[in-house]
Amino acid sequence: MQFGIFTVGDITTDPTTGDTPTENARIKAMLTIAQKVEEVGLDVFATGEHHNPPFVPSSPTTLLGYIAAKTERIILSTATTLITTSDPVKIAEDFATLQHVSDGRVDLTLGRGNTGPVYPWFGKDIREGIPLALENYALLRRLWREDYVDWEGQFRTPLQGFQSTPRPLDGVPPFVWHGSIRSPEIAEQAAYYGDGFFSNHIFWPASHTAKMVGYYRQRFEHYGHGTAAQAIVGLGGQVFMSKNSQDAKRDFRPYFDNAPVYGNGPSMEDFTSQTPLTVGSPQEVIDRTLGFRDYVGDYQRQLWLMDHAGLPLKTVLEQLDLLGEEVVPVLRREFAKNRPATVPDAPTHESLRLARVAASAPAPATTGAEVHHDLDTAAAISPPRAGSAFGLSRSAGNGS
Amino acid sequence: MTAPKGKQRTLAVVSAGLSQPSSTRLLADKLAAATVARLVDENIETRVVTYELRDYAQDVMNNMLTGFASPRLETMIDAVTAADGLIAVTPIFTTSYSGLFKSFFDVIDNRSLTDQPVLIGATAGTARHSLALDFALRPMFTYLHAVVVPTSVFAASEDWGSGDARVATLPARIERAAGELAALVARSDRSARVLDPFELPAGFNPAGLGPSR
Repeated sequence: MQFGIFTVGDITTDPTTGDTPTENARIKAMLTIAQKVEEVGLDVFATGEHHNPPFVPSSPTTLLGYIAAKTERIILSTATTLITTSDPVKIAEDFATLQHVSDGRVDLTLGRGNTGPVYPWFGKDIREGIPLALENYALLRRLWREDYVDWEGQFRTPLQGFQSTPRPLDGVPPFVWHGSIRSPEIAEQAAYYGDGFFSNHIFWPASHTAKMVGYYRQRFEHYGHGTAAQAIVGLGGQVFMSKNSQDAKRDFRPYFDNAPVYGNGPSMEDFTSQTPLTVGSPQEVIDRTLGFRDYVGDYQRQLWLMDHAGLPLKTVLEQLDLLGEEVVPVLRREFAKNRPATVPDAPTHESLRLARVAASAPAPATTGAEVHHDLDTAAAISPPRAGSAFGLSRSAGNGS
Repeated sequence: MTAPKGKQRTLAVVSAGLSQPSSTRLLADKLAAATVARLVDENIETRVVTYELRDYAQDVMNNMLTGFASPRLETMIDAVTAADGLIAVTPIFTTSYSGLFKSFFDVIDNRSLTDQPVLIGATAGTARHSLALDFALRPMFTYLHAVVVPTSVFAASEDWGSGDARVATLPARIERAAGELAALVARSDRSARVLDPFELPAGFNPAGLGPSR
């Protein structure tokens, strides 16, 4: 199981001091936080992508490239990369480059963004959000998997014999998660390809997340990538901790009450009971987080939103210390308990590389040329089992 | 046509009245009672669920700010949108529906009232506000693809007295509107439908539109 941080990259005035960080300070804070993620023993740092103030991360691979040089172990990811308005050719090249820079410590989460005007700014139509996400990703996959691509679609200039460069490290494309709050189309897309599904989780009630994840799992099995329990699920989360539960509530309340997303709306108590937000002691965070498994099943990745709503860097780093020292070690131990051996870990570059090597070895009689569609995920997430993930592939036949 | 014995329908009533007692709620109740009576004539048993938006005012505003409904508001929205008919009544404030009334219909999914039979009503101090029904409420429900019955019912304060001899009395307007709504509710299968929240659009292809290779 992987644990990490995802950041929106907002510049928000600290409501307790009135201080507003500069763009430079905020960007430097994000880089500091990412390095702290590695220092305290977490596994993933993911940045958002936005193209309007008050957000700073418009160029995620620039940030992640710096972090790659300053860290050795953590996975560099996104939450999310805008598959709708960014050119899939540029996404293919940016993230393949980042793979080489970071020796493969890269994956990405695709999303459609939360700012309507982004579409017209990049010459797109927001009403085509879902078709853009589907078509652009279909092209992105081919750019990473085929050396020369002939392509023609609805939304982009055709390509003839195009080769994106550099090629993915070791011939292994980065693992992809598809992020969605409420679009079944995106859960369907993730399941169709056997990719990961990342549920934002934090702004909606648990019952909603449970239904979305359940749907993705069922469709993952339908498309022949493995059993529903073997689907690759990531969740967002949001916590604020203090040794003493009451201190946490007192300290976080002004940030909650003024937060851009939910400020001046429900009380912190109501929002805590209706969403996964947890404000309290490390033990309360542990208990709540372990409870996620009750409604989404054994899952692969837990990311927390930590640096937002104007929380100062010092506070965020203290929160990360608590996560690394008191929370995540317990979660690793507890999540491992009763976890079936057949439930895979999230694919990494190394697991995908090994799967690729295994797949290019002489194939048993039951696997044929048509299984390429599933190889990257299904083989990487679990040991090859006769028939199951390989032979059951329906998607290879009825897809593109 | 007489319905088979044991036929059942549900009727949702949403009142945006603020005071207690409220003439808006009174009008809503009268419209509901008249509709139920018409359905009884057709051997249809009607379950009425009535909601005062005042009781959900905080939840509606929180939904507007956070993007999701609290559990109690979600339960209420599900009941309203799954009903075979809806009676929606608002006081007229400053030439139009009340902000609370509009906010409620702003936070529900804009596809969830499609095809729903709706009877609209409004209350105000004087009859000079009565056209708000036709310039504000009716277009709103038309936008939501609801089926609004031709007769809408406006009750000014004076209507609760003897009424003006030159126009149809309030009880007569209520009866006519209830008859129109009951006819649509009787034919509705809305409350018996099973909704699939994960229904994909027709022709959906997860790989996109099928790029020509």
